[in-house]
Amino acid sequence: MKAIDIKLWRELWAMRMQALAIAMVIVGGVSIFIMSLSTLDSLFETRENYYRNHHFADVFASLKRAPLSLVKRIQEIPGVDKVETRVLAYVNLDVEDFKDPVSGHLLSLNANSAGLLNQIYLRKGRLLEAGRDNEVLLSEEFARAHDLQPGDKLAATINGRRKVLNVVGHVLSPEYIYQIAPGAMFPDYYRYGVLWMARKPLASAYDMDGAFNNVTLTLSKEGNEQDVIDRLDELLKPYGGIGAYARKDQLSNRFLTEELKQQKTIATIFPMIFLGVAAFLLNVVASRLISLQREQIAGLKAFGYSNFAVGLHYTKLILMITAIGVIAGIGFGIWMGKGMSNIYMTFYSLPFMIYVLKAEVIIAAVLISMGVAMVGTLYAVSSAARLPPAQAMRPEPPAMYHTTLIEKLGLQRFFSQPTRMIFRHIERRPLKSLMTILGISMACGTMMVGGFQEGAIKHMVEVQFGMSQRSDLTAIFTEPTSQRSLYSLQSLRGVEHVEGFRVVTAKLQFEHRSYRTSVQGIAPNGRLMRLLDTRLQVIDLPPNGIILTDYLAEILHIKVGDMLTIEVLEGNRPVVQVPVVGLAKEYLGLNGYMQLNSLNRLLNEGHVISAAWLKVDRLHQVNIYAELKGAPRIAGVVEQESAIKSFYETMDETILFFTYITTLLGGSIAFGVIYNSMRIALSERNRELASLRVLGFHRSEVAYILLGEMAVLTLIAIPLGIMIGYGLCAYLAFQFDSDLYRIPLVLGLKVYAFAALVVISSSVISVLMIWRNLAHLDMVAVLKTKE
Amino acid sequence: MSSDSQSRHQILEENVVFHVHEVTKVYQMGEVQVRALRGVDIDLHRGEFTVLLGASGSGKSTLLNILGGLDIPTEGHVFYGERDLTRATERELTEYRRFHVGFVFQFYNLIPSLTARENVAVVTEIAKSPMKPEDALKLVGLESRLDHFPAQLSGGEQQRVAIARAIAKNPDVLLCDEPTGALDSKTGIVVLQALQRVNQALGTTTVVITHNAGIAQMADRVIHLTDGLISKVYKNETRLRPDELNW
Repeated sequence: MKAIDIKLWRELWAMRMQALAIAMVIVGGVSIFIMSLSTLDSLFETRENYYRNHHFADVFASLKRAPLSLVKRIQEIPGVDKVETRVLAYVNLDVEDFKDPVSGHLLSLNANSAGLLNQIYLRKGRLLEAGRDNEVLLSEEFARAHDLQPGDKLAATINGRRKVLNVVGHVLSPEYIYQIAPGAMFPDYYRYGVLWMARKPLASAYDMDGAFNNVTLTLSKEGNEQDVIDRLDELLKPYGGIGAYARKDQLSNRFLTEELKQQKTIATIFPMIFLGVAAFLLNVVASRLISLQREQIAGLKAFGYSNFAVGLHYTKLILMITAIGVIAGIGFGIWMGKGMSNIYMTFYSLPFMIYVLKAEVIIAAVLISMGVAMVGTLYAVSSAARLPPAQAMRPEPPAMYHTTLIEKLGLQRFFSQPTRMIFRHIERRPLKSLMTILGISMACGTMMVGGFQEGAIKHMVEVQFGMSQRSDLTAIFTEPTSQRSLYSLQSLRGVEHVEGFRVVTAKLQFEHRSYRTSVQGIAPNGRLMRLLDTRLQVIDLPPNGIILTDYLAEILHIKVGDMLTIEVLEGNRPVVQVPVVGLAKEYLGLNGYMQLNSLNRLLNEGHVISAAWLKVDRLHQVNIYAELKGAPRIAGVVEQESAIKSFYETMDETILFFTYITTLLGGSIAFGVIYNSMRIALSERNRELASLRVLGFHRSEVAYILLGEMAVLTLIAIPLGIMIGYGLCAYLAFQFDSDLYRIPLVLGLKVYAFAALVVISSSVISVLMIWRNLAHLDMVAVLKTKE
Repeated sequence: MSSDSQSRHQILEENVVFHVHEVTKVYQMGEVQVRALRGVDIDLHRGEFTVLLGASGSGKSTLLNILGGLDIPTEGHVFYGERDLTRATERELTEYRRFHVGFVFQFYNLIPSLTARENVAVVTEIAKSPMKPEDALKLVGLESRLDHFPAQLSGGEQQRVAIARAIAKNPDVLLCDEPTGALDSKTGIVVLQALQRVNQALGTTTVVITHNAGIAQMADRVIHLTDGLISKVYKNETRLRPDELNW
């Protein structure tokens, strides 16, 4: 080995602690980068694989009732590959020892089969057996929530008749990865489940023998999705089809896609912040390392080594340190990525997880880290190598300082000498000071993202369920019924107030844009359902015209005063034009609202409602549930409060985990930037500070100069960080907006305070660690050495 | 105990600022023990201009650092007036340096971010009865360079700022470690003139370390150190002015 390479190894060993500190920064950046991107790739790959292997359908359609003979004609639509028909019902469930209303979807399934399309994945127990009419398979999450094992029983109200079902197995389905009740905001595994049972009993209960009310199909390679949907709609129209939709609009897939989109945004932003901060630190630390070797560089040059050879030598040194960080970072990133993927596997009810680590992710991590390290090193080496050796061996001339802008303004007389030192030092290296501020701000901003989600979701729930929808229960009738039904609900003991409403599925159209959703007919001046405008003030619903969710108006590019075309997808399917008379603020879903009477008129029907909101006395709640569960004309009951409560419980855990992660991330960024900056400042100003100690300054007075600078930078960084955090949250909220939900940009004081607190705590910890170093300033040595 | 009371007695009797008694200093340098001082006994007197002369490694810097409260002897005692510096806490040593000692170093050790005036002010702001920074700088002939930063000053000028900084607090003793070590002879003379002027004008007890025997001729008393021991002490009958010195 050449002598210069031996020097390399020895020095690497001698500075192992410092090298380790640099490597740790890289490990942080690289591992988060690898973890986020590989987790994301894994989720996408797993979903694709799951969909493919379990023949997840491409097109879905629901209808009232069609004979099985229609299947042949569906099959004949050009572009259709496989077709499967089903009987699907929305039912009330009764789980022993669980008082709250539980609803679920019941799907028909052939015996000993996982289905043709949307094949289920058996997790536990067995498939349905032929001839056993009361066997049922449960979605795993629902079964787990109620601890329903194979062999256990539960009851379902199937078309008004109570039937006891035997659980035979737990399954997962690509159709219900995200298992969410229609119209719900979040999954609630206690109050909503998906069940599969034999077709025969289900069909006979709903008068579907030799018929179906749901069809799914896959497309052949040359199949045109929109073309198939149009032809299928045409075919199903006479049978009460309410519009076919593509896989991208399928509820579970929609939610999953939105979540993955969010993950992608987060998985891009966080590693970029982390890697950016790591790059800056690496640069600073590497530059300092080289400048400490100034005399050695001069020595090497004096012996006849070329600038290139010297540059190569130090590049090797830095690259070796970087390599340690990159290799450990990749390993750690893979480990965390696998762990994270497994968490997601459970979270999203995926049967398996394919861990994907793309070569380009690793290459990007290596190139970014190495590139950044090289830039920092080469700059420092070239400035050291540019000096003639003799000059480099002499002590460095005093650094050039200037009086600062604040002092020129005449504020100088208010500052003691140590305070002047602080300001001048900050101003002497403006770029470095700025980068330090930016690094700390990023930490602050990162932390706000953690707190933002909690506040935003709480605000959503408060507005949606506190101000707008104020009922305790929603009872859904099996079919549209006379308003007289309200009297029987009202007469139930404990019911304080009842309001009926009408819901129809419709296609809303303006110019060439259209959106399929529901139109609700509600009572004007209702107490249980109030529309809010963008300033969250209650809107009066005019007798004519329609009010749209503001985001729906954006999608349709329609404004108040324009005429909206409504194509009703039920009954005799009227197509009418109504004026848009207002916009309502809603965070969840997209709807149109009309007065109940005017919707009834539009549908050419009498005073008909399809569901009712109830306000009930808490004391009688349990009795009311029991009454409603037994009522034959009520298909399902949705309870608001306990659903919100249970959501909060699950959210609290998730939020706690997320807050923990962002605090860890933000805290480590803050600590990394502050501690490293102070270590370097200490190294650079060692001589100056030791001199002051010699002149009779106490340790605390010397600390003031070093820590004061950091305090100033931190104090500038916090408001900046709050602005960055606000921007990040606004960006995320904007990115997360979809027709499923809109996340309001609501940031409580707590969010700001917490972010600032973590940054300040990180500084305090750094300060305590530096305080110890200040005790060991070598006053004697510093007087003897040049620099 | 008897040696302690004897020492105090001696201090009261004579006009002694420092009383150094059987001081040894042993450094652990890796696996090697270095005996920098091997039992030094010396008294320094008020107002005296003393030169500590010796080759490099003779222990002169170690002795100066101990006198200045920057280092603690392995054995023996150092009295500053009646105070035993070897028994002082870290905090007391800091206070001692702060109020009683002025330091001048070979490499100036100025604060690069402060101007000449401010480099002096940094000390006067924490002292008890300092002179004005401008007056201290005038004393070393730098009244026209008050607002220059160290980077804008020559080596000699930087060293004179360091002297102004050391004397501005009106210290009881001025300790100078190779003050001309990094300077050419012409500049060195200017710096020594400044030191002599301070010594004569303010009567500050001054100790200058050097390996340059020529400088010894301007001292009241010269102490030779060899291998950690005092080898010779003598008084100059006639003191030379700095510009008369032979380098």
